[in-house]
Amino acid sequence: MSAPEGWNPRIVVFACNWCSYAGADTAGVSRIQHQPHFRMIRVMCSGRIQPGFVLRAFEKGADGVLVSGCHIGDCHYLFGNERAVEQFEKTRAVTRILGLEDERLRLEWISAAEGARFAQVIDQFTERVRALGPSPLAREAR
Amino acid sequence: MTRAHGERLSDIAARTRAWACYDCGKCSATCPVTRIGGALSPRRTVLSTNLLHADVAVYGAEIASCLTCGACDRRCPVQVDFTGLVRALREVSHEEDAQPECPHGGALQSLMRMMARGTLQQQRLDWLGPDLHTDPAHGAVFLWTGCTVYYDAFFPEYGMRTLDVTRAAVRLLNALGQVPVVSPDEVCCGHDLLWNGDRASFEALARRNAALIQESGAEVVVAPCAECARTLRLDYGPFLGSSPRIQHLSEYLAERLSDLPLVRETTRRVTFQDPCRLGRHLGVVDAPRSLLAAVPGLELVEMAHAGLNATCCAGGTWSACDRYAKKLQVERLKEAKATGAEILVTACPKCQIHFRCAQKDPNLGQDIAIEMQDVAQVLADAL
Ligand code: FES
Repeated sequence: MSAPEGWNPRIVVFACNWCSYAGADTAGVSRIQHQPHFRMIRVMCSGRIQPGFVLRAFEKGADGVLVSGCHIGDCHYLFGNERAVEQFEKTRAVTRILGLEDERLRLEWISAAEGARFAQVIDQFTERVRALGPSPLAREAR
Repeated sequence: MTRAHGERLSDIAARTRAWACYDCGKCSATCPVTRIGGALSPRRTVLSTNLLHADVAVYGAEIASCLTCGACDRRCPVQVDFTGLVRALREVSHEEDAQPECPHGGALQSLMRMMARGTLQQQRLDWLGPDLHTDPAHGAVFLWTGCTVYYDAFFPEYGMRTLDVTRAAVRLLNALGQVPVVSPDEVCCGHDLLWNGDRASFEALARRNAALIQESGAEVVVAPCAECARTLRLDYGPFLGSSPRIQHLSEYLAERLSDLPLVRETTRRVTFQDPCRLGRHLGVVDAPRSLLAAVPGLELVEMAHAGLNATCCAGGTWSACDRYAKKLQVERLKEAKATGAEILVTACPKCQIHFRCAQKDPNLGQDIAIEMQDVAQVLADAL
């Protein structure tokens, strides 16, 4: 469905404390411009981001959810992001059955140094979600 | 306690006959959670409701740990509807946002509530193969598939294959010459949300499903899941009226046993787990047994607690899962093993999920390892 005039997507970004949240900070201190239509939720490690978190965001009307963490091998709890992948795949499997478009949900690894990459991921994801329009769940929830 | 609370609780007490309690304590003596040391005493909950003590009856840990298995209801000499009481109290605590976090981070409840919105086109029928004959909209028999497609996707780590139960159900109905309705628009029956206290979402789901069933022209809705069968039969009255007939798959098949070509011999020995929703809630204990007896060569050995006395799988409504639930599951699996059976047969996909989870305990391993199948699978294998 096409988005109403002047509509901006509502995006939830889950970010781990040690890499991707710090990556967002790097983007900030480097004054890299990026799309601002997201709310960030910081967790200690991406392994914490269980399906319930993501599903609740969609239930409450998020148009897109981005799950982010340290690159594989860099997790500060060793294998937390490997667990994050498992949780993400499980989430994707059920959102697919539910009928939500795949592009509303994304997993990205962003290190603390990758400020520019953070901005790029946010911009790309925001544009993708913008193109999809409001989430079918947000239409009623709003 | 506010005045509103007082009125609410006394109304609930009247509706569920809690007022009739004369404090004999049989409920607490029967309750599996109480027996194992959990945070529940049905008697205390009943008396607290009668005394309008919302701190215990609404905000306490007790109502969340009740399995709503109905064991106490059966023994109560004055017919207090304890499971009904717990359901009503959970509605109050849900409205006040006073409930503990649901297991699995509330993911399953979120899924159900999103289905209730009705703004999504689900992709729920990928499991249908060319060998399974179904109709997406119209037919005399409506096969209620439930949430098995979601469970298999959500619990890959348990090797969940609850969809095999659904497939077996289609094969059995096909063997009887039926082409059942399997709808792409079915949504969760709402059982868990209703028992978690979220009546508004339950009603939204029920309205959608009732319309779907009515448009199908079905004479009977057949559910392989005990919870769905219970909900459609006992809770869909206001939405569905008195028709069509609602049956658990085992009831439907038991009435047509002579038409079912069960030819393949087996030498296996099985035991049967009565789901609480099928046995105590719906009073159906003979139908699944008559099906098992009809499989050539199959031997059924009963557990120490069977039929209306069966211990439940301790996880039915996704409302609480704790060490007491685990302990009950382990006990039950040991009871199943003690029969010498090779297969634990159930008639509800949820029983399988909860027992399989308990079997992940690395310390118990072989003590509780037993193959599990649904009665529909056992029967379909004999075709
Ligand atoms: S700490 Fe960043 S993913 Fe584990």
